[in-house]
Amino acid sequence: MSEFKPILTEFIDQKNCHTFDFYESKGGYSALKKALSMSPEDVIEEVKASNLRGRGGAGFPTGLKWSFVPPDSDKPKYLINNADESEPGTFKDRLLMNKAPHQMLEGMIIAAYSIGCHTSFIYIRGEFYKECRILEEMIGDAYEHNLLGKNILDSGFNLDIVIHRGAGAYICGEETALLESLEGKRGWPRIKPPFPAIEGYLKSPTVVNNVETLSCLPHILNRGAEWFRSIGPKKGPGPRLFGVSGTVNNPGVFEEEMGIPLKDLIFDRAGGISNGGKLKAVFPGGSSSAILTAEEAMDVRMDFDELSEKKSMLGSAGVIVMDETVNMVQACLNIARFYAHESCGQCTPCREGTTWLVKMLTRMVHGKGTSKDIDMLFEITDNIGGLIDFSKGSYGKTICPFGEAVAWPVRSFVEKFKDEFLQCIMKEEVVA
Amino acid sequence: MESKGKLFQYTDNKKVENILSQYPDNRSATLPLLHLAQAQLGYISTGAINAVAKLTETHPAELMDCVSFYSMFYLCPQGKYKLQVCQTLSCSLNGADNIVEHISKKYKIKPGETSTDGKFTLMKVECLGSCGTAPVVQINNDYHEGLTIPELDELLENVQ
Repeated sequence: MSEFKPILTEFIDQKNCHTFDFYESKGGYSALKKALSMSPEDVIEEVKASNLRGRGGAGFPTGLKWSFVPPDSDKPKYLINNADESEPGTFKDRLLMNKAPHQMLEGMIIAAYSIGCHTSFIYIRGEFYKECRILEEMIGDAYEHNLLGKNILDSGFNLDIVIHRGAGAYICGEETALLESLEGKRGWPRIKPPFPAIEGYLKSPTVVNNVETLSCLPHILNRGAEWFRSIGPKKGPGPRLFGVSGTVNNPGVFEEEMGIPLKDLIFDRAGGISNGGKLKAVFPGGSSSAILTAEEAMDVRMDFDELSEKKSMLGSAGVIVMDETVNMVQACLNIARFYAHESCGQCTPCREGTTWLVKMLTRMVHGKGTSKDIDMLFEITDNIGGLIDFSKGSYGKTICPFGEAVAWPVRSFVEKFKDEFLQCIMKEEVVA
Repeated sequence: MESKGKLFQYTDNKKVENILSQYPDNRSATLPLLHLAQAQLGYISTGAINAVAKLTETHPAELMDCVSFYSMFYLCPQGKYKLQVCQTLSCSLNGADNIVEHISKKYKIKPGETSTDGKFTLMKVECLGSCGTAPVVQINNDYHEGLTIPELDELLENVQ
């Protein structure tokens, strides 16, 4: 096991760690001072060189995302901090906002400076009421210390930040749905292109970054891209907050380097399976990732590429553990119901498909499945999320990735635990 | 009810102005203005829709299209205490169903219903982002994490 020391969560157990005074006493805002003394282009280059990839779920390279913003555009540029954490199994951004909000804010100011943004938004999920209060205090303190407002730290750079509360829609974590929501509309994802970096909020160039991604920035500026690259796998390095929940003894958020073996997270950090039970299956990266069987889970590292090879994904790094007592058909129904509830309704395959998945899985849970149901489940998931063949890249039947986010996990349940689904078929059907 | 609703006025106009001043266009202020209206009224009335539509320069029907999309906006009055039980996987694996059943029996309400005294509304909600401290129940604005049934009972006694 590695000797990794927490970077983003180093101080979260200390008293008043969320305050400005505490953060400053630990050297906070020194990275901002450094960034403001550099040119925006140099900051972008440094972040590009760090190989930082987004922590929200998609894992897109952060520096590259920033570099798509046209520097010569005469439109205002916007930075949006995506704090709409809603992916089942994920609860790490909430921790960062509760315990280290100024680290995130410093990252935001650095990002805004790099892309030339003067008005920035924090889109925080509406249910995070307490966290919203903490962020309001944070913003107040930042204005008081000239970290926001006009001529920040005598650099000539101006920035205002607005906290914007969502209102209970999972889809608004998808960046174009978030933009629609911020514009005061229902959160319906947009067809891309144009990508937000060209035409985002109010048709202006916009960058959307996740809370944890932004929280990495002060450390990259302070300690350099090379240091960041040295943590974990080169292609997707850095610290990562892994949420582990479900049937484990010690659930929680664990900061580790990218690439930690999944079994270490489950059996060491999270203290193993509840009640001395046996591992059955795991979501490695939130409920939108395909599940892994116990056998697969014991032999995989939490790395973007390795999980893709296993036909799953690192996603939001929310690990949901299921022990041997968990009924896989019920668990599958639970997840399908989540997606049916959260489908925005814009694309027919997703809106209708998720509803049908719930209907079929409900009847299966009640032992009333028919012999055609297994094939039909595959047919529906294929229709929502495309045929899942990563090698051919044949997916994408809906405007946003929500379609795949429901198709992949549901299909993985049926494929990997087919026996349990077969048991849900009416007895007379099986005989026939 | 309707005529009362149509007369909706914000009690804190300064807050309204402050919200509008934060955004480059008025329509972007829609969600915060709706939150403010709901904090005042407990739900979004027809009157509130008309008021927000006017402020955000949208048609009330267009605004309704937005309001109805979001699960946190209520189109009718709710109980004084909204018991929002997370039912997504990690909470479900840690006893969320028992909590729903307990509340159901205790106040004789099904999910979506309000107790006859108007105090409690039971809601099954999707992932609240508190999976590590499952099961979680959000009562109005506050999260209550890692709840056992006795703890929940104590909590409910205290809010009565």
